[in-house]
Amino acid sequence: MNFDDTPQEAAFRETARKWVEANAPKEFLAELSKSSLGRIRLAQHDIVDVGKAWQKKKAEGGWACLHWPKEYGGRGATPIERVIWQQEEGVYGKLTQPFQIGEGMCGPTVMAFGSEDAKRRYLPKLASGEEIWCQLFSEPSAGSDVAGLRTRAEKKGDNWVVNGQKIWTSGAHYSDFGLLIARTDPNVPKHKGLTMFFLDMKSPGVEVRPIKQANGMQEFNEVYFTDVVIPDSQRLGAVGEGWSVSLTTLMNERMSIGSRLATGVPEMFEFCSNLTLEDGLAIDDPAVRSKLASWAVKSSGLKYTSYRAISALSKGERPGPENSIGKLVSGMMLQDIASYAMDLQGAAGVLTGSDEETVQGQFQQMLLSSPSMRIAGGTDEILRNIIAERVLGLPGDIRVDKDVPYNKIPTKGR
Amino acid sequence: MNFDFSDDQKQLRDQARKFLTEKCSPKAVRVVLDGKAPYDKELWKGLAEMGFLGVAIPEEFGGAGAGHLELCVIAEEMGRANAPVPFSSTVYLAAEALLIAGSDAQKKKWLPAIASGEAIGTLALFEGKGNPSPKSIKLTAANGALNGVKKPVADGAIADFAVVAARTGSSGRESDISLFLVDLKGGGVEVKSLTNLDPTRGQAEITFKDCKAEPLGAAGEGWSILTQVLDRAAVLCAFEQVGGSDRALEMGRDYALDRIAFGRQIGSFQAVKHMLADMYVSATLARSNSYYGAWALSTNASELPEAAAAARISATQAFQHCAKNNIQVHGGMGFTWEFDCHMYYRRANAMALALGSLSYWEDQLIDRMRKKNAA
Repeated sequence: MNFDDTPQEAAFRETARKWVEANAPKEFLAELSKSSLGRIRLAQHDIVDVGKAWQKKKAEGGWACLHWPKEYGGRGATPIERVIWQQEEGVYGKLTQPFQIGEGMCGPTVMAFGSEDAKRRYLPKLASGEEIWCQLFSEPSAGSDVAGLRTRAEKKGDNWVVNGQKIWTSGAHYSDFGLLIARTDPNVPKHKGLTMFFLDMKSPGVEVRPIKQANGMQEFNEVYFTDVVIPDSQRLGAVGEGWSVSLTTLMNERMSIGSRLATGVPEMFEFCSNLTLEDGLAIDDPAVRSKLASWAVKSSGLKYTSYRAISALSKGERPGPENSIGKLVSGMMLQDIASYAMDLQGAAGVLTGSDEETVQGQFQQMLLSSPSMRIAGGTDEILRNIIAERVLGLPGDIRVDKDVPYNKIPTKGR
Repeated sequence: MNFDFSDDQKQLRDQARKFLTEKCSPKAVRVVLDGKAPYDKELWKGLAEMGFLGVAIPEEFGGAGAGHLELCVIAEEMGRANAPVPFSSTVYLAAEALLIAGSDAQKKKWLPAIASGEAIGTLALFEGKGNPSPKSIKLTAANGALNGVKKPVADGAIADFAVVAARTGSSGRESDISLFLVDLKGGGVEVKSLTNLDPTRGQAEITFKDCKAEPLGAAGEGWSILTQVLDRAAVLCAFEQVGGSDRALEMGRDYALDRIAFGRQIGSFQAVKHMLADMYVSATLARSNSYYGAWALSTNASELPEAAAAARISATQAFQHCAKNNIQVHGGMGFTWEFDCHMYYRRANAMALALGSLSYWEDQLIDRMRKKNAA
């Protein structure tokens, strides 16, 4: 048991470190190094512009999507080399946020189901950040039950015509392409009538509208499709096979290995170390200490769980299911920590600062934003189902709509 | 990075599991649970023969000379099996205290006897309610004689010797505390068994009256040695707790698959599935924290104090959580004496207090994190 690199890994790390040292946009180092619990913002610059510049540089140096084959814009790196790169890229990795959906979900799907021409046309530009991709799966009436989606794609000659609405699309407003799952046959059970496509987000009939969220911010979008034409050549997988294609997309979401999720623990520790209560510092209060300790061991538990996954990668093995707990644990913890930090401030805890980077507003913003952490990318309940079914081997839910044609499934509760 | 046990260590785990599955079935545990024996003597002998008791004891003192990682592996299996033997008292506390502070003669006398299963040892630290602290130690040592009462002493009624924490000064500082080694079969000792939550591991009250004792380690170093012993034991106990958590989770999972209610497996209800998923989360966090503790223990890293506290807290919470909800998954049957659920519930809650309570270790963790942050 050790934390050391193999000689090969150490050599790779050295190369990566030197390259980052020579090429990283150091003017943003201070800003990126500040703790950030939500989305990254830069005071004077658009994250997308700065991110694109960094991603382009990485692509030229052979560090973009490095685990992809060379012909598609990567460097053919091993999974452990990718983790080492992420460690060495450090806080500059925050600049890659606009590309994560593309790298983690859209790219792998194109790689698995696209034609050779499509792969050579789209993947290198996705890798280099020149073109940004978004994912168009969720709908207002199809969230956890995404296979219940309504957006229709109808075949007209060599094209498909799409009508419907998607929601929760991060980055739709700056994306060039989107990965779209739509219903192509409403007369068969819901999982069987879906087909996967990709489309140009500038296509006529695509309308992106930002959503004003519960926390007052606008980070996600609704995307409306009105008679949008998609050539059949942009279909991924067979007609009616969209569900199994989407599983490939979701399976590829392995971004969490090596890149740690925010838990709020370091921020809370610092806050309690500096907050004066009636009887002294908050961190000297037994009740505060007890809560802090419980959160600290969850946070360290997640860290060492990811180390176990990295170790498996290092040995060329597939990581076990342990990593599936990350978002479930950190999402709930963020919400609890925010709430307790405000409790410690008494009545003044109600006051919000102007932004989440000041201490005054940090936990208040965290409280308002944290519900999304427990919903986006799989709700807590879906994650528990996944752990129960795939890890513990418990039976799947009884699905009353499994064998019912899609257009016979009830659409209203009452 | 290789943050995992080696193939040899995993092989040792398989070997220990196989051995304990055969020799330490729930039926065997129940012999002790029902008060028919103070501990499982046959199992103890078998553990010695397998080399498990001395796995971390150097060869020159009669052990296998493997190491603490190997001991962690064995500890996890002991926890899984709910083994009714004085393993933690003897191996994590007494043997570790000797390894840290014993003179050559003391090590030669006791360590080979531990490895061979001839001697059971324990640590006599607590004196009534309360957590470990120099202030709580009132038992005095003067002119090589101990006077005072220790309780609870884990496995005190079956132990052959004890490491005893005694007061040798009154300055109000940690240096008031010194450790002594006492042969419990000699004079000046009165031992009384106490009933306790987990009858598969006994507790006792030991009264020392002008009891002859020899110093263990330098005078005034007692508290510093104790802290090290407790940190090591925290990691090793964490592995027992991890083993117990996994077993309780498996029992709950298996029952959820077998039991039919409302015409379906109860494991198909989300209320039950989610409860089991949360148990898995706790057990996984505990395992990962314990691995870090194992690394720190085996390399004697400066991170050990923080790692040990984190492992201890995480594993205590996980075992309590899994043992409690295992009963809940079983419903009424889980509340019968006949089902094994309560044995894990008892063990989980007894272990949660064994080295000082959860709140004590939470306190320790915060102190240690602050110390690190300040450095």
